[in-house]
Amino acid sequence: MTRVLLEVDHVSMRFGGLFAVNDLSFSATDKAITAVIGPNGAGKTTLFNCITGFYRPQTGKLRLHHPTGAMALERMADYNIARHGRVARTFQNIRLFQRMSVLENLIVAQHKTLMRASLFSIAGLLGLARYSQAEKRAVEKARHWLDKVALTAHADEEAGSLPYGSQRRLEIARAMCTDPLLLCLDEPAAGLNPRESADLNRLLIDIRDQEGIGLLLIEHDMSVVMGISDHVVVLDYGKKIAEGPPNQVRRDPAVIRAYLGEEEGEELPPEVAPDLKDLG
Amino acid sequence: MAAAFPLRRLAIDALLGGLIAAALALPMLGFRLVDSSQGLSLATRFDWVAWAALIVAGGRFALGGLRHVLSGRELRPPEAARVFVASLGAIRPKAGWALIAIAATLPFLPFSDRNVVDKATMVLIYVMLGWGLNIVVGLAGLLDLGFVASYAVGAYSYALLATNFHLSFWLCLPLAGLLSATFALTLGFPVLRLRGDYLAIVTLGFAEMVRVVLLNWQSLTGGPRGISGIPRPTLFGVVFAPEQRVTFLYFVILALALLTNVFALRLRRLPIGRAWEALREDEIACRSLGLNPTTLKISAFTTGAMCAGFAGAFFATRQGFISPESFTFIESAVILAIVVLGGMGSQIGVVLAALLLVGLPEWFRELQAYRMLAFGGAMVLIMLWRPSGLLSSREPTITLGPK
Amino acid sequence: MEYFLQQLINGITLGAIYGLIAIGYTMVYGIIGMINFAHGEIYMLGAFISLIAYLAATTLGGGSIAFGLLVALAVTMLFTALWGWAVERLAYRPLRNAPRLAPLISAIGMSIVLQNFTQLTQGARVKPLPPVIHGGVTVMEGHGFRVELSWLQIAIVLMTLALMLVFTWIITRTSLGRAQRATQQDMKMAALLGIDVDRVVSLTFVIGAALAAVAGLMVTLYYGVIDFYIGFLAGIKAFTAAVLGGIGSLPGAMLGGLAIGLIEALWSGYFSIEYKDVAAFAVLVLVLLFRPTGLLGRPEVEKI
Repeated sequence: MTRVLLEVDHVSMRFGGLFAVNDLSFSATDKAITAVIGPNGAGKTTLFNCITGFYRPQTGKLRLHHPTGAMALERMADYNIARHGRVARTFQNIRLFQRMSVLENLIVAQHKTLMRASLFSIAGLLGLARYSQAEKRAVEKARHWLDKVALTAHADEEAGSLPYGSQRRLEIARAMCTDPLLLCLDEPAAGLNPRESADLNRLLIDIRDQEGIGLLLIEHDMSVVMGISDHVVVLDYGKKIAEGPPNQVRRDPAVIRAYLGEEEGEELPPEVAPDLKDLG
Repeated sequence: MAAAFPLRRLAIDALLGGLIAAALALPMLGFRLVDSSQGLSLATRFDWVAWAALIVAGGRFALGGLRHVLSGRELRPPEAARVFVASLGAIRPKAGWALIAIAATLPFLPFSDRNVVDKATMVLIYVMLGWGLNIVVGLAGLLDLGFVASYAVGAYSYALLATNFHLSFWLCLPLAGLLSATFALTLGFPVLRLRGDYLAIVTLGFAEMVRVVLLNWQSLTGGPRGISGIPRPTLFGVVFAPEQRVTFLYFVILALALLTNVFALRLRRLPIGRAWEALREDEIACRSLGLNPTTLKISAFTTGAMCAGFAGAFFATRQGFISPESFTFIESAVILAIVVLGGMGSQIGVVLAALLLVGLPEWFRELQAYRMLAFGGAMVLIMLWRPSGLLSSREPTITLGPK
Repeated sequence: MEYFLQQLINGITLGAIYGLIAIGYTMVYGIIGMINFAHGEIYMLGAFISLIAYLAATTLGGGSIAFGLLVALAVTMLFTALWGWAVERLAYRPLRNAPRLAPLISAIGMSIVLQNFTQLTQGARVKPLPPVIHGGVTVMEGHGFRVELSWLQIAIVLMTLALMLVFTWIITRTSLGRAQRATQQDMKMAALLGIDVDRVVSLTFVIGAALAAVAGLMVTLYYGVIDFYIGFLAGIKAFTAAVLGGIGSLPGAMLGGLAIGLIEALWSGYFSIEYKDVAAFAVLVLVLLFRPTGLLGRPEVEKI
């Protein structure tokens, strides 16, 4: 039984005179993958930054529905959204802790739990069992996700030394170590080859089914979007131009126009038309 | 087979270098301002200019030639040095224990006289300060140019508590750390939101403000005259005679420094230490994981300040007398240089850098005038040679181990 | 009222000097994102070189003050600019791609080197110069206080205005200036478009040093004493001015300089002279807290 997880309610984000996101409304449910697509500059990453608290939208509401109640994300700071809202994200340009090891990246993600267990470091300094046990559990959780993304063999290597595709997977694993309710992925398939994209699809579906959380996905790679999304939202110039199941959206004329330009249905200029007709 | 010796190119290069050196040297080396009863006049020293030009030209020629001659070989001098330093890193853990062993037995070694122990004490103070600043700069990546302020607060706290309330050193030590930490907390709150270089200049400004206040608030701090007659520590009531006191103080600072080291190493393996390093790596990623950067910065800042406070209290008790003179910006620069030169995050690196930057000049006291010049030059040269520091490789704090 | 006016005049003069130094800081920070710690020492060198040049010129030129000053101006701008160029070339350029702290340490080291170099070559004692430009006008008189505006003060402000106009023209109208602004906004892109980034950066340092040299000459004439330590304090205040005005902005640096100069003059005139430096630092902290982009700066948006 799916329920609405995130409600985007008439959100607008302006930079100077330009509306990056313009009166946008849609919902994302849990146990589902919602894809946000659109041409470059459509406002997708801006939307993400609003949802995750890095930007503050001028108008609108962002409601996150928790088991305990609703949270108004538009008024929360970014680290609070991650911490209390349990919204995790990955970045377009990959932001790993480059000089820390793969394992350390995943341990840092579990900071909140570990800090509590170490009683703000006191228990840790005194070497109490309470902390060392919590650390062991954290390592186990990290191992679980390392296995899921097939990076266990590289656990002690520097994160920055991993190949591109592995770094992307690591970022997802790190986000999952925070136990999120909503996972936001900014172009997770960018730069991946077809085999890696297929692996990514499997991973995301696995997360959706096993963890039962909601996934919100910005993507350009249509094999990913059409292959795994349950729901698609299409943006153009900051506005929503279509919404629905993937098959319905791909046939929507407004969507086609946005991606391909105005050529379909447009009149050719009279002096050019005869020449082009000969070409067929 | 190496190419023909590029005599012409090197000669032109050297000539250019010499000319520029001559131009740079002309005003300040070529002339000397002479202040006499008749007023200001000029004396000339053109031979100095000639020497400067010759040395630069000759040096450029020699370096260029050397580089050419050795370019055919497998191991160039810089390469050899790199291998040497890398091997230092490999034997690091054993080197650490070796250093501790030497330090623990130093006063009893054959060549150690009172002078040596005294200098070693000075070096250890800087090592302790370096380890403290390492938490702020090395782990958390915060550019703190005002560390000397926390050091000063610790020193003056002990001095005032001891001279006014006659509290013992051992009681005042934790108090000094607490006061330094509180001071850093109050100052840190507003400024820790600032980015990189701005934070640097603000911390610098704060430290200068502290010094000006120390200099002018005469009723509290004694102004430029400072505070004197600061009591020395005793051990369970035993008062030491000056001869033994030097050794006693040495062991006190050694213990304090080692405690700081253990403390810092421990913190690194705890969530807070990892969070600090993550903050240094990528603040935005930290935010996305629910870490509050401001809290992290404040905690790093205060912890470092606490260490500085302890060091300050020790400094006050060792000297018996303190004044604002000891807490200038140069001190912050020296401590920062020790951390950066040593290789941020490396505990042994700090020791080596302190020995290099503080120990050597102390040993060459005769060249006092050139000491600071050499110090500044060393900072520039070491940065040019190894910008990441002498020993800068990083060990992970937790490993999954072999499969 | 009269006293206030006097402090105002003094503050504006001081502000002009700080503004000239601040321009060097703001241009360098704007283009390579680094605080040139040694810039204060460049200003100090400018002061020393101007003094030496002036003495040499008046001895050789038969005691003509105007000749001496002109020579001092030209010589100090030339040689200090060379020093500024050399410092960048030796201590900063090799570290352009190094970890963030490396150029900072190098700059601090350079600052120490220059300070001690001056101390060693010219002696640690202050160098006094009897007033060269005398006299002025009495602007106002009342309540037993005369408001004096000296010719030197007028000269300083006029000179600063002239230099500002010249350099603003260079930055906005010439291709050199355009290249500078382009490099400031996006170094990699500028390089791809064929701009010689190294040359532009060198030019930035050279201009900054030349202006600081003029400030050095002014300070030598205005205060009559210099020593090897004047760079440190003036440097921090000038940097404060640059931040106050908005880092990266030339008019901002001048505006900031004026503000700092006025604050310092009014504070030492009405409150206490011992804590006047504290006033400048306090301004810095307040600005960074409440308006980090400064008066004329543009906010930086970091791409997430």
